[in-house]
Amino acid sequence: MHKEAAIREPLILGHKTYHDITEDVCRPIEDKAPKTWYILFGIALVIGLYGVGCILYLLGTGVGVWGLNKTIGWAWDITNFVWWVGIGHAGTLISAVLLLFRQKWRMAINRSAEAMTIFAVFMAGLFPLIHMGRLWLGYWVLPIPNQFGSLWVNFNSPLLWDVFAISTYLSVSLVFWYIGLIPDFATIRDRAKKPVAKKMYSILSFGWSGRAKHWNRFELVSLVLAGLATPLVFSVHSIVSFDFATSVIPGWHTTIFPPYFVAGAVFSGFAMVQTLMLIMRKAMGLEAYIHKKHVEYMNIVIMVTGSIVGTAYITELFISWYSGVEYEAYAFINRATGPYWWAYFAMMTCNVVSPQLMWFKKLRRSLLFTFIISIVVNIGMWFERYVIIVTSLHRDYLPSSWSMHFPTHIDIGVYVGTIGLFFVFFLLFARFFPVLALNEVKSILKSSGESYKNAPDAHHDEPTPTPVVEAAAPVVEEKVEEKVIEAVKKGTKKKLSDEEIQSKTYELIAKIGDAGSALDDLKVISGVGPVLEKKLNSIGICSYDQVSKISKEEYDLLDQLTGSFPGRAERDDWAGQAKELMNKPKS
Amino acid sequence: MADKVIYAMYDDDDVLKDGAKMLVSKGVKVTDVYSPFPIHGIDPIIGIKNTRLGIMSFVYGLIGLTLATYGMWFFMIDDWPMNIGGKPSFSYKENFLSFMPITFEFTVLCAAHGMAITYLIVNKTLPGMPAQNPDPRTTDDKFVMEFRMSDNTSMTESELVDLLKKTGMTELDQKDI
Repeated sequence: MHKEAAIREPLILGHKTYHDITEDVCRPIEDKAPKTWYILFGIALVIGLYGVGCILYLLGTGVGVWGLNKTIGWAWDITNFVWWVGIGHAGTLISAVLLLFRQKWRMAINRSAEAMTIFAVFMAGLFPLIHMGRLWLGYWVLPIPNQFGSLWVNFNSPLLWDVFAISTYLSVSLVFWYIGLIPDFATIRDRAKKPVAKKMYSILSFGWSGRAKHWNRFELVSLVLAGLATPLVFSVHSIVSFDFATSVIPGWHTTIFPPYFVAGAVFSGFAMVQTLMLIMRKAMGLEAYIHKKHVEYMNIVIMVTGSIVGTAYITELFISWYSGVEYEAYAFINRATGPYWWAYFAMMTCNVVSPQLMWFKKLRRSLLFTFIISIVVNIGMWFERYVIIVTSLHRDYLPSSWSMHFPTHIDIGVYVGTIGLFFVFFLLFARFFPVLALNEVKSILKSSGESYKNAPDAHHDEPTPTPVVEAAAPVVEEKVEEKVIEAVKKGTKKKLSDEEIQSKTYELIAKIGDAGSALDDLKVISGVGPVLEKKLNSIGICSYDQVSKISKEEYDLLDQLTGSFPGRAERDDWAGQAKELMNKPKS
Repeated sequence: MADKVIYAMYDDDDVLKDGAKMLVSKGVKVTDVYSPFPIHGIDPIIGIKNTRLGIMSFVYGLIGLTLATYGMWFFMIDDWPMNIGGKPSFSYKENFLSFMPITFEFTVLCAAHGMAITYLIVNKTLPGMPAQNPDPRTTDDKFVMEFRMSDNTSMTESELVDLLKKTGMTELDQKDI
């Protein structure tokens, strides 16, 4: 197990056990959905269906129902496409890149962030498809033998690269996500009471049993998929930016597009994650797992990527002047001062100014502030794409063809509809899928859980500082007593002072009597392992007789001294068990 | 052949690991471990070799690379060379740069999916497969070690159980198969 510095904030708050984690995550799935879920789902569904209606109308009538014209051939559709793809980036970044960097805080958010990615990429993929006009001929983008001789798709075209990039990204993210879900579905399957749910989850869990060999493979597959997804996530938005950068349109034809788009994608993706997580943690009672520290980490990512985006904007402006190319210079002057100045202004304020506020610790740890900023960033990043696409196109080389783009209600309907559909998917996910990666969160409980971090036996495999043998032999009474205090002191130095430990140890032993010469095997008691036995021995508890005398007060003392599993000794009823063991004939 | 399986259940992964260490040093063969999450460091103790799925992924990636390279050479150079905006279309080498993105994407596609499918098949975790964990709690918060008497012929059942009792287990179960 990796050790973690004590000053690092715990990632799992409260005194959670493995079982608590399962309970906390599975309860929303097993209980009846709250009324708000139905209301939200209803709203999302209505909006989504309206969007589907708009798409059907578009397919029946033609792309002309959009506000595009001869000059502005790309506008809302591609803006929305890039916006959604950008949002999709955070999920894979969190699960893949942060996995490679061994960032443990990702474990609480990667599952839902990845779900968000997948649904966002669904929405993104919709736009180029319907932009084709004849959706049913969409398979023409694939290199398949056809009736036109052997006319193949153009592999030199960034648009085709996009087809490959987006579909690879979607399918690899889906697989990555599902492989992580399998063990968690197994957990739900094994808890399910209703036959239908049991059947469904046992199909979804693929018969996962949690064998050691399977876990071994699971970890490697996760690692390799992360390794593959990392360059993939950077390539996808680079390729999306090639759609623009390889053209000869002033304002698009820039070499900084790939890194600038990737940073922008991460920026907007994390903003969307924040929006969703802040609602989800509250609605599903996951405050112990997704808390201020997680929000702060994400805000730092927003701040860094936001600064990269800001730098890119300014670089673009500078280069357009410095290049001496008047077309290029005009494209940027027009952006800032032309008829679309308000879009440019919105983009600059939302994306350049707002992330800089995250330098203040107080602000980046404030949930409300984060929520507001996340919405602001989402809006700003939409405007960024709109600015790049529309303002570069609307005044082309031929002033007689200059034009403006006005969205029609179908434009708006399709866009709003995709937001509705996205939330339909996300709400279904939150209702039926484990929103936290159960197996991953459990694996960091001991290194990053609050109760373990502050407890002395946070790392079981460390040698206990107690000279066990001597401590366990109560014959050398005085010497032992000293060492005991020494040992306990070492173990619990964070919580109790020396005097307190000494007095508490004496108090405890006084109440339950000393062990005499008995040296029983305490491990037989359910709940006591070898580590805890050593600890108990070191305090001076060595016999069943002593354990059987423990009552409520002493349990509390004991918990303070051993510092492990608060309340557990009482729950397992050690005293009762010890009594039974005493009455058993010795074999 | 009739065989007896013993399941020892633990509350804590580290206790199980310590227990497994002790048992293995006494010559016990641990057949399998069931746990709700990966127990780091258990594999070498109970003699599980590292998986070779990583190598497989590399092989699938190479296959993808080869297919993409061959495909694009065939489509764009050999079968129907097109003059697109005067870009060179006579040799793979001249076109290589613009073939790179798809080559990369296709390599990743094959490596990822090939490995994922292999993973599901070798695990025998496929849709509709029955679960095999001995106790439903092993996907929640319990950890189970499995012993087969046919793997541990050097000792009797009671000897093994005696050893197990020293490891801090919480429950014992056995089954004839």
